[in-house]
This record gives sequence, structure tokens and C-alpha cells, in this order.
Amino acid sequence: MGALWTFLLAAAVAVAAARGRVADLTGAAADAAGRAVTVAIGLVGMMTLWLGLLRVAEEAGLVALAARAVRPVLRRLFPEVPPDHPAMGAMVLNVSANLLGLGNAATPFGIRAMQALEELNPRPGTATDAQALLAALNSASIQLVPASVIALRAGAGSRAPAEILGATLVASAAGAVVAVVASRVLARVLRRPGP
Amino acid sequence: MLRAVLDAAGAWALPLLLAGIPLLALSRKVKVYPAFLEGARQGFETGVRIVPALVAVMVALGMLRASGALDGLAALLAPVLGPLGVPASVLPVALVRPLSGGAALGAVGDVLRAEGPDSYPGRLASVMAGSTETTFYVLAVYFGAAGVSRYRHALPAALLAELAGMAAAVAAVRWLLGS
Repeated sequence: MGALWTFLLAAAVAVAAARGRVADLTGAAADAAGRAVTVAIGLVGMMTLWLGLLRVAEEAGLVALAARAVRPVLRRLFPEVPPDHPAMGAMVLNVSANLLGLGNAATPFGIRAMQALEELNPRPGTATDAQALLAALNSASIQLVPASVIALRAGAGSRAPAEILGATLVASAAGAVVAVVASRVLARVLRRPGP
Repeated sequence: MLRAVLDAAGAWALPLLLAGIPLLALSRKVKVYPAFLEGARQGFETGVRIVPALVAVMVALGMLRASGALDGLAALLAPVLGPLGVPASVLPVALVRPLSGGAALGAVGDVLRAEGPDSYPGRLASVMAGSTETTFYVLAVYFGAAGVSRYRHALPAALLAELAGMAAAVAAVRWLLGS
């Protein structure tokens, strides 16, 4: 990220110099920095509201409720993990929390699940199929409410900041499906021949 | 018809959750207000932590735009990106999304500022950022905690999913938001 950011800044100055637009840069930088903070104020407010609400949802037992729906699906996705193994319990909670948009709550469950899966690993240090699938699921989870993006849109003066909910749900579901399929297919294709 | 349902869902989703979750919690004898404040404090801290990344990325992209480099890049890539339905201004969102969540929000902020939140690029940038995750960070945290150093197919699978999510974002915005 550091190299990319430096490159963007250097490229802006170099291109501006080549096009004789250097005089515009200072104003543009100051304007963008100011706008970023304006946008951020709305974002901070929304994150405060949203994470507070999610905390209430968590204490009301919504994760446990979602877990009931998630468990049968995960048993099918991870047939090699015994249903009563601690790894399964942690994975169910991880996926349930992700589904509800509780990123902060999902991460500790996911880490515990990863560690429990490592106990089942015949070759420690090398990801098993189950670990790879869990990682892929966490990097492409279904999004019900993208709160931070809605906050940015509201801050930018959108007429309907939440109009993107449906499209986000569809796009993230497509990503989750591809995560499962790609993990399955690649596991088979790339399996190392040998012991 | 579908459009009307989605518009209604968009308008109702947040207000319903705001009323429904505390109601459900109250009926289950949760101490609603302290719970809210505790989560809200974490949310506030998370929000504040994003601000520097937002400034860093929005300044870099703002300068790039003022220099004319973004327009140049857009003209250069138009033959490739045009048929895919990806405006060049949205490209930075797609590029930084797997690397950093804060940077991706900054890139979205730049698109919203330059093109407007209700334009096609503005909507696409929003959906792209909202429907995908910080893949590299997620893999590093999860595998790092378990002491796994050889990821095997996890990275390509996760990146394929990310790419699919972005392609689906283009299709979903065109299909559902009609722009």
C-alpha cells in the first residue's frame, strides 16, 4: 500500500508537470483533504450508530439464531470436519456473524476455527482444503447491510443512500458462490501428487 | 415491479432494523441502552481510525485527477473497460479493495465527489466496495493466527471470488438500478 500510494502521488506531480498543470495541484490536495474529513464525519457518525445497533443485536442472540440456519449448510461444505468438533462450532459462529455484518465479532470466531482446523491438519503449516475454503468464505462473505458505504453516500448528498442494498446483496452472494466453487475446483486441480 | 420492491426495501431496511433490533432485544431482557453505547464506542473508534486512510487516498486521487492523469488513463483504457461496463474513474476502487478497506472507502469517496453518488460510476463504486472484502488482510490474519504459511489455493480462490464479486457488481447495478 505504501509503494502504491507513493507512486500515485509521484505520478500526479509528474503528469501535472508534463501538462503544465502544477499550479492546480496544491488547491486539489487541500480540497480533497478537506472533503475527506467532511465525508469522514458522516462516516464516524454512522459507524457509531451502526456498531452500537449491531452490539444490541448480538446481545439479543441474533448470532445464535442465524447459526441454526447456517449449521446444516456448513456441514455439507465441510464434510471432512466432524460435526461435533470445536472447529465446526467456531466456523458456524464465524459465518453467522459475517452474514449479519458483525465483522468485529466474526474475526475471533474465525481465528479460533482456523486454529481448531489446524489441529485436524495432517501437514501443519500447509493449509488444508477446509482452511482454504474458510479463508475464501471470509474474504467473500454475503453482505446484508454495507453500513460504511451507505454513510459515505449520505455524506456525499445522495438522494437514496441505501438504494445499493439489493445490488450489494446480489453481487456479494455471487462472490460467495464463486469462493466455494473456486476453492473446491482449485483444491482438486492443484492437489500435489505424492504421499 | 422489481425496481419498486427494491426501492421500498432500500428505504425500509435501515429504519426497520433501527426499531426492530432494540425491540427484539428488549423482549429478551437485554440491557439495550448500555449494550448500544458499548458497541457505539467501538464503532466511533473504528470510524475515527479510518479517517487518516480516507484523507491519504482521497488526496492522492484528487491530485491525480487535477493533473489530468486520470483522464489520460481513462482515454487509454476506454477500449478495454468500456465494453466491460467499468468507467475508468471506478478502477482505483477495484484496485485497492483487496489491499485496504480504508483506502477503498477513500477511493469510493473520490468517485462520489467527482461523479456524484447517484451517477452510474458512483453507484458502481459503492456496490463494488460494499460487496467485497479486504482479501489480503483477511488471509494474513486468519492464516497467521493458525501458524499456516503455505496457503495453497486459498489466495487464487479468494481473488477469483473478489473478481467475481466485482463483475457481479457491474451486472447488478445495471440490472437492479437501471443505469
